[in-house]
Amino acid sequence: MIAMWIIIGYLVVLLGLGFASNRVFRGTTVDYFLASRGIGPFMLLMSLFGTTMTAFAVVGSSGEASQRGIGVYGLMASSSAIVHALCFFFVGMKLWSLGKRHGYLTQIEFFRDRFDSERIGLVLFPIFVMMLIPYLITGVLGLGACITGATRGAFPNAFPSENLALHGAVPAWLSQGIIVGVVLIYVFAGGVRGTMWVNTFQNALFMTLGIVTMFVIADRLGGFDNATRMVRENKPSLLKRTVDEKDLARYNTALEIHETKLEAWNEKKIGPPPKHPSKPGIGQLEFLTYLLIPLSVATFPHLFQYYLTAKSAKSFKLSVVGHPLCIMVTWLPCVLLGVWATSAMVDGKPIVPPGVDPNATLAVAVKNLTGPVLGGLMAASILATNSLDAQFLVMGNMFTNDIVVRFMGKDRFTDRQLVGIARAFVVGVVVVTYFISLTEPRAVFRLGVWCFAGFAALAPLTFAALYWKRCTKWGAYASILAAGISWFALFYDSGYGAAEGYLVAGMNPVAPIVFTSTAALILVSLLSRPPRPETLQRFFAR
Amino acid sequence: MNRTTLKKLVPFLIIALLILHQDFWWWDSINPLIFGFMPIGLAYHAGISIAAAFVWWLATKSWWTEEMEVSDAEAAARRQQRGEL
Repeated sequence: MIAMWIIIGYLVVLLGLGFASNRVFRGTTVDYFLASRGIGPFMLLMSLFGTTMTAFAVVGSSGEASQRGIGVYGLMASSSAIVHALCFFFVGMKLWSLGKRHGYLTQIEFFRDRFDSERIGLVLFPIFVMMLIPYLITGVLGLGACITGATRGAFPNAFPSENLALHGAVPAWLSQGIIVGVVLIYVFAGGVRGTMWVNTFQNALFMTLGIVTMFVIADRLGGFDNATRMVRENKPSLLKRTVDEKDLARYNTALEIHETKLEAWNEKKIGPPPKHPSKPGIGQLEFLTYLLIPLSVATFPHLFQYYLTAKSAKSFKLSVVGHPLCIMVTWLPCVLLGVWATSAMVDGKPIVPPGVDPNATLAVAVKNLTGPVLGGLMAASILATNSLDAQFLVMGNMFTNDIVVRFMGKDRFTDRQLVGIARAFVVGVVVVTYFISLTEPRAVFRLGVWCFAGFAALAPLTFAALYWKRCTKWGAYASILAAGISWFALFYDSGYGAAEGYLVAGMNPVAPIVFTSTAALILVSLLSRPPRPETLQRFFAR
Repeated sequence: MNRTTLKKLVPFLIIALLILHQDFWWWDSINPLIFGFMPIGLAYHAGISIAAAFVWWLATKSWWTEEMEVSDAEAAARRQQRGEL
């Protein structure tokens, strides 16, 4: 119960920050969506970092590390350390300066101006929303799994379950509903300033507690050396990227059992289909192509919005340098804890019982190995790692400015009415996301990677729009279309993210998608008429 | 090292980071365990993160120019010039 009260207290603090930021709200759309372009270096770093390191990073990384091992750090963390900083430097700062010069509020405004095309917004808006929804779902699923894991056994009478892993835990429909509700309230109250205040508080809390928890858990497991030794004895493949013979034999047996179960399920189709066992090990081509995934930060609409909030170009310097270090501080404990949790035994009992959802690995391990206070604080800080707020906000921003204002006229609405329209749209998106998240849950990591792949496919367009004068409107349309079609075709082929270890010729699907969108961009741009000189003057003149 | 040399060096350092990220030489290794508990494949990539921070710090030192800044006055003047204000 102590853990539960800490989580409740934490959610109240978030609401408090949202309402406090509302007191300095100036009542304009620029203030609501961009904090009047006045965010300094530290808050920008914390916000950009917090928005890229989401439930995907924390809940997903430990869950995925428990299945695939330490290679998960290289797949996402060290690659992001290099590529995210590159995007902040070459895309973030450049977009900030263009945004300030031309008064942009949204990413679509930039693309519309750069390509002299009114209708590009109509193409980009639904694609952005379609690809952001899986990201929102990863947030809702990850955070819901965290509350469920942290409250396991706390309410045996209210929430009984035959599944031992879920017995007495707050169920997903309720925990996910609570999270979405709290985030919505502080976003509505504080706008982007509220989300940035919350992000700063959350990240400081999470980074501190992540390290403390790692030390406490290692101590409970008999020291760092002993925690690793247990993994080495039980699942050695998790400490490297190739598959150990013992683990391969275990996987093959699990695969045979899965096929028998699947056959039985196919005959009756009752209940959810059996889960495919996770294959340990990481291929070199898969590892290499994962480098393209972090390119998504060049295109994420919510990051674009955060770029525009910066007070000056100098504000980005700290983010460029500090971001790789913040990633390391966050991911290293998560990956280690995820790996240790697979083999950790205390008094002859496994710390994470069989049948626990990988998304809940970290929360369950923390709950079972630490005291209620640290367990509650850690669960609360895991809740901190969400970017739902920024995503909700940017969707409202795009809908209001790129659709409503653009096609119905700004003069028809007051600033306050526009903020109200944004809020109403966000509620609609949230309701859809909430109900989708209640259907068959996917692994947070896998779903997140799909979303990142889609946005990464649009990164060549962002870079070309900023640095390639010959990039044309028709090249942009071709690139968006190629990215959308190839992403959807592969997402569909993977069973909407359900397929375990889905690869295309050994590569992460992001590689063929990025290749297709880049090829379409270059070819069609070269074949179509160059942009008008006035447009180039606007974007490329010093 | 002067700023011009550093400016030329930084792109090579970024490319080197990307190449070093693909550490096929540690693929099948658990040992050595760094600090007695961290498999080399993980410790190496933690090192890549630190190296990335260093390289990007060099980038901000050498590639940074004041031209990147846009003052409030400049932004307002440009938008007024185009009749947007």
